[in-house]
Amino acid sequence: MSDTAIRRDAPQGVATKAALGHFDEAFKAQTGAALTELRQQGFDAFAAHGLPSIREEAWKYTDVRAIGKTNFALATSLHSANLDELQLDLDAYRLVFVDGVFDAERSSFDDLPEGVSLGTLSQRSELPQQFGSQLAASAGPFTALNQAFAGEGVYLEVARNVELEKPVYVLFVSSAGDQPWMSHPRVLISLADNASATLVEHFVAEQGAANFTNLVTEGTLAHGARLDHYKLNEASEQDLHVANLKVEQQGDSLFKQHNLTLGGRLVRNDIDTELNGEGGHTEYHGLFFVNGRSHVDNHTVVNHNVARTFSNENYKGILNDRGRGVFNGRVYIKQDAQQVRGYQNNANLLLSDRAEVDTKPELEIYADDVLCSHGASTGQLDEDAVFALRARGIADEHARALLTLAFAGEVLESTAIAAVAQRVERRVAGMLPDRFDLEGLVDISA
Amino acid sequence: MLEIKDLHVSIEDEDKPILKGLNLTIPKDEVHAIMGPNGAGKSTLSAVIAGKDGYEVTSGSITYEGKDLLEMEVEERAQAGILMGFQYPVEIPGVKNIYLLRAALNAKREAEGKGEIPAPEFMKLIKEKSAFMKMDSAFLQRAVNEGFSGGEKKRNEILQMLVLEPKLALLDEIDSGLDIDAMKIVAKGVNSLRSEERSIMIVTHYQRLLDYITPDHVHVLVDGRIAHSGDANLALELEKRGYDWVTEEAEA
Repeated sequence: MSDTAIRRDAPQGVATKAALGHFDEAFKAQTGAALTELRQQGFDAFAAHGLPSIREEAWKYTDVRAIGKTNFALATSLHSANLDELQLDLDAYRLVFVDGVFDAERSSFDDLPEGVSLGTLSQRSELPQQFGSQLAASAGPFTALNQAFAGEGVYLEVARNVELEKPVYVLFVSSAGDQPWMSHPRVLISLADNASATLVEHFVAEQGAANFTNLVTEGTLAHGARLDHYKLNEASEQDLHVANLKVEQQGDSLFKQHNLTLGGRLVRNDIDTELNGEGGHTEYHGLFFVNGRSHVDNHTVVNHNVARTFSNENYKGILNDRGRGVFNGRVYIKQDAQQVRGYQNNANLLLSDRAEVDTKPELEIYADDVLCSHGASTGQLDEDAVFALRARGIADEHARALLTLAFAGEVLESTAIAAVAQRVERRVAGMLPDRFDLEGLVDISA
Repeated sequence: MLEIKDLHVSIEDEDKPILKGLNLTIPKDEVHAIMGPNGAGKSTLSAVIAGKDGYEVTSGSITYEGKDLLEMEVEERAQAGILMGFQYPVEIPGVKNIYLLRAALNAKREAEGKGEIPAPEFMKLIKEKSAFMKMDSAFLQRAVNEGFSGGEKKRNEILQMLVLEPKLALLDEIDSGLDIDAMKIVAKGVNSLRSEERSIMIVTHYQRLLDYITPDHVHVLVDGRIAHSGDANLALELEKRGYDWVTEEAEA
């Protein structure tokens, strides 16, 4: 009997055995008494729903059954992994996790300015209050699952008027081996009035890694705070990756999110911002580059809950081989949230006849004095441009790589961290030989 | 340098012949103008030499420096020194002008067995050539042809020629859409290309460009063949008498 057939008969609020995957076994096998209540709460919430099914609207195009089929284990010791080629060369506060386990030796975040508190959740005597607020806000089953295995992650707290200049760089490594691992990291960011910070979540993998990462990131931006958040995903072609990002913004705060997905067998990003104060400003910059038989699903939401809030979203998809992409962008403008501006654009480039993308803008507007627009387009490389480059002596494959990179250009231009932009350039135009020194193609300073 | 023999070309997937037995020889150090009425096959000729898709060579040959040109890929032709200046230069959003120039120059140098051009040398070259074409250096940082005026696009085509130094420059209706000032700048650029080692083929409908670039030979293309050839005076005669007499002569 198929998974869906069982589910149809199951009473609501209790997931079937199949929809729990192997997570109930893993949950029972957890050791250590810490956080028992919190975890139990999380597991109960997960068990009430189970893994989402494609019969649910939000999961229509993304089948996550693969996540339930493997018996992932929690890593209890630090695995060795060679980071040399993987990590970014950044002048940053660095925290490294391998399969979810903190690697103290390769982390360094000393000399923090006054008013900045940064560290791992496992090293704190108690979890920040922020933790768990997600579940109350009717989060999905993956957030619940994350809580069921809670315990490790990162917290960043910046006090009023403090600007943290160097970025916080959190490197999550997925290691290769016989045992498939799972990790459920939680990243908590809290910026007080007029505080500012940059945080980079970077997911990398060793060749052949086949692990499951289930990330939850929560951010709160107080009045006038500014957060630049990067999520650079270079998971392996076997890695399964689910991430939930939820941010709450007060007035005059600025949140810039850069969601750059370059790897992973199955990737699902849910990004959700609540604009709760006038003058709040949200930017979503997204790029997803899908190869092989990979599947990348980006679900974004901006909730304009009050008047005079602003959002701008630009997502670009590049799909190669039999890659599959999903973009679902929801912009919600509450009644009486007047003088809101909300812009959204999604453009996709199909490099192969077998690649596919589903794009769905959702605008829900209940106020009458707003300025909103959205656009979606999907196309192929401009063959006239390919010819024009070849007619100047540039080989066909390089011409195509160059144009592909140019397509991603706008999103890269928004990337203020050069090392991040360069990594993306190299991945997207990987077929370009060295002499096509990519630096300078995209004007980072623009 | 370039020898075209009995060339027959049709539009692909259409059984419609455009070039019908065209013969043309362009030796080194000469400027040849190809003129003719609309629809005679002028643009098809330059497209086939550059290697554009969509045309089928049904018979005949094109030999370039002793090699079978039709066997060469588009980029190989460019690397071997054939460059086409487009009638309608393509906008390439996201690719900076300076990047295209460097990538193209390095591709050519690699084909010639030379190393990559050092950055300071490249910058010096680019500055000098763009100043010659009266192009502000800001153009170099902009995406190729994006938002350029018609005149700026054509000047940009010539700038690429000056930097890449082709052996055979094909200029397809380079004068179309140019005002007189822009045409003078373009003509100055083309004239500076003239050298013992280089040939230039100018495809044009109008004589006016030839007031500024004096060709060594003028050929009139009518209905897929060279119907008449002469020196620079032929262009003046065409300006006065139109194309009808050549067409009639060709039919006779």
